[in-house]
Amino acid sequence: MNQSNTILPPITERSGFIGWLRKNLFGTWLDSFLTIVSVVFIYWVIKALYTWVFTIAEWEVIAANLRLFIIGQFPLEQAGRLWIALAFLLFLTGNSLAIWDKRAYAPAVLTLCFPLFLAFLPFENSTRQWLIILAVTGFVGWRLGFSKPDALKKTVVIGWVIALPIFVLLTRGFTETDGVGALAIVGTNLWGGLLLSFLLTVVANIFSFPLGLALALGRRSELPIIRWFSIGYIELIRGVPLITILFMAQLMLPLFLPDSINVDRVLRAMIGMTLFSAAYLAENVRGGLQAIPKGQFEASYALGLNSIQTMTFVIMPQALRLIIPILVGQFIAVFKDTALVAIVGLFDLLGIGRTVLAQPEFLGLHREVFAFISLIYWVLSYAMSYISQRLEESLGVGKR
Amino acid sequence: MTESATTMITVQDVHKWYGDFHALKGINMNIKQGEVIVIFGPSGSGKSTFIRTINRLEDHQRGEIVVRGTRLTHDIRNIEAIRMDTGMVFQQFNLFPHLTVMQNITLSPIQVRKWTKQKAEEIAIQLLERVGIPEQAHKFPGQLSGGQQQRVAIARALAMQPKIMLFDEPTSALDPEMIKEVLDVMVELAKSGMTMLVVTHEMGFARAVADRMFFFDQGQIVESGTPKDIFEAPKEERTKLFLSQILSH
Ligand SMILES: Nc1ncnc2c1ncn2[C@@H]1O[C@H](COP(=O)(O)OP(=O)(O)OP(=O)(O)O)[C@@H](O)[C@H]1O
Ligand SMILES: [Mg+2]
Repeated sequence: MNQSNTILPPITERSGFIGWLRKNLFGTWLDSFLTIVSVVFIYWVIKALYTWVFTIAEWEVIAANLRLFIIGQFPLEQAGRLWIALAFLLFLTGNSLAIWDKRAYAPAVLTLCFPLFLAFLPFENSTRQWLIILAVTGFVGWRLGFSKPDALKKTVVIGWVIALPIFVLLTRGFTETDGVGALAIVGTNLWGGLLLSFLLTVVANIFSFPLGLALALGRRSELPIIRWFSIGYIELIRGVPLITILFMAQLMLPLFLPDSINVDRVLRAMIGMTLFSAAYLAENVRGGLQAIPKGQFEASYALGLNSIQTMTFVIMPQALRLIIPILVGQFIAVFKDTALVAIVGLFDLLGIGRTVLAQPEFLGLHREVFAFISLIYWVLSYAMSYISQRLEESLGVGKR
Repeated sequence: MTESATTMITVQDVHKWYGDFHALKGINMNIKQGEVIVIFGPSGSGKSTFIRTINRLEDHQRGEIVVRGTRLTHDIRNIEAIRMDTGMVFQQFNLFPHLTVMQNITLSPIQVRKWTKQKAEEIAIQLLERVGIPEQAHKFPGQLSGGQQQRVAIARALAMQPKIMLFDEPTSALDPEMIKEVLDVMVELAKSGMTMLVVTHEMGFARAVADRMFFFDQGQIVESGTPKDIFEAPKEERTKLFLSQILSH
């Protein structure tokens, strides 16, 4: 630092808050004008919002139907299974945070305490107990992860791999009646609310991933048939709105299948979303692949790796890392797109919202219901985007 | 060099076209075990193209290339066999940026040679010591200097225990102060008896270790001979002119 040569501005220009205000908000007449207009506008919006939220809105509609919003018509006496499935997820999350994101104390504690915050809301006591159990399992997982990170790594990965099957199995059940070692089947027609939106999102994202990779590679294939098929598929799907694909999946799929195979309506929606998402994923992956310099292929081939090994170990890892932000964007888009299944008659978060509004005692409370649904979508989307930023940092995206 | 040394590479009347552009116009070369060959010539003369046909990063359309008894054809098994025995070092290093130095070196031995991770890592450490950077094993390529990266690239190629090493202008992308550290490694390698094909304009290196030199121009070999022949008594005008240009600075 070359202190002696620096000429400091006059005191008035430098002094803290006032100086900052002057410089940034009231620098010129125009600035001052814009600042004042903005302040008035913001005040007006916030005041209106505040008045509505705290004095006009009738939030009973949410409180009375909270269970519907979260799990739809899922039988209450079976809800314990869902809590156990959630606890399993939270345990894994705790484990993973401890193993792979050691330094991030605050975010980890915040994530794991989230169920505790929820416990302060006006829930029934049984719900509170479950929320506390969730937080506890999360913290147990976290502690365990810290105590032996290396030994647990493999188990945790396996845990994540089987997480979806376990979740679906617990949600659906597998026997006619309840009993020891048995879980009564809950038909998918009873799945609803956030539970359904969540499952649709997870299934569509997980299954579209391998499909999308295969299509992206297929598009670069040297075999014309594979290449044409991939291009045809991608361009066809991308040229059609998701809602038409969902209608097709509901109405047309049964036409292609023999009568004996009866594909359930939720499954049809899952297939539709997966097929749709795969086409977009393929294009994103293709973009990533194109960004990898030719020299990477050459170095790998020169080392004797064949084309599959080159893709697996050298090219794909780099391409996927490059497009993590785009991938997460797409995951979030899929989550929000699940709202469209309401139009084909499923009771996801939005679909349930519409049934709630049809109840005679809550007629006309559209604002409250849609505000609440938006809030849920926003909180979860933002959480995903936050996780992706952390992932980018810990994978060192950008510093090649 | 003994007279009975076995032939490593035979190149006969090799032609290569990029579309209509005739990039290699009948190249002939015979390389024996342990020979160090330096290829030089003006930009665009086909040096890179030629050296890359040896491990089939480029295909050739006429003529024949035989590497250690295996003829290069479209047969992928032949190509992979040759690539396993042939290491290559590039002008731009081409390290894998998402892998550590150690992982860069052990990837191919583990996946292709099917060595255990432990064995591959032991050999990687030895190689890193040989190229003088054992302490960098757990860094990523982006954290190393150019000279260090190129030495990692050499170690990575050597990890496959190749019988032939191809170098395509390995020092051209380096700052002057780093050229020597890479050349030192190459000189040591040459003295250890490795068969080497080196495209380079480092005439000091050529003088010190080359057995033969080939001057390329416009897709052809204009002149070849020992460094002594080339430096002291070049026969062709083009060779003289080119040498005078690169030796003048
Ligand atoms: N993929 C390609 N497609 C078309 N032409 C090419 C291709 N690669 C190289 N060429 C042409 O072939 C000729 C030989 O190129 P090559 O890279 O072998 O030259 P070089 O001797 O290595 O030159 P330099 O010293 O600049 O590296 C050049 O005229 C170049 O433009
Ligand atoms: Mg070149």
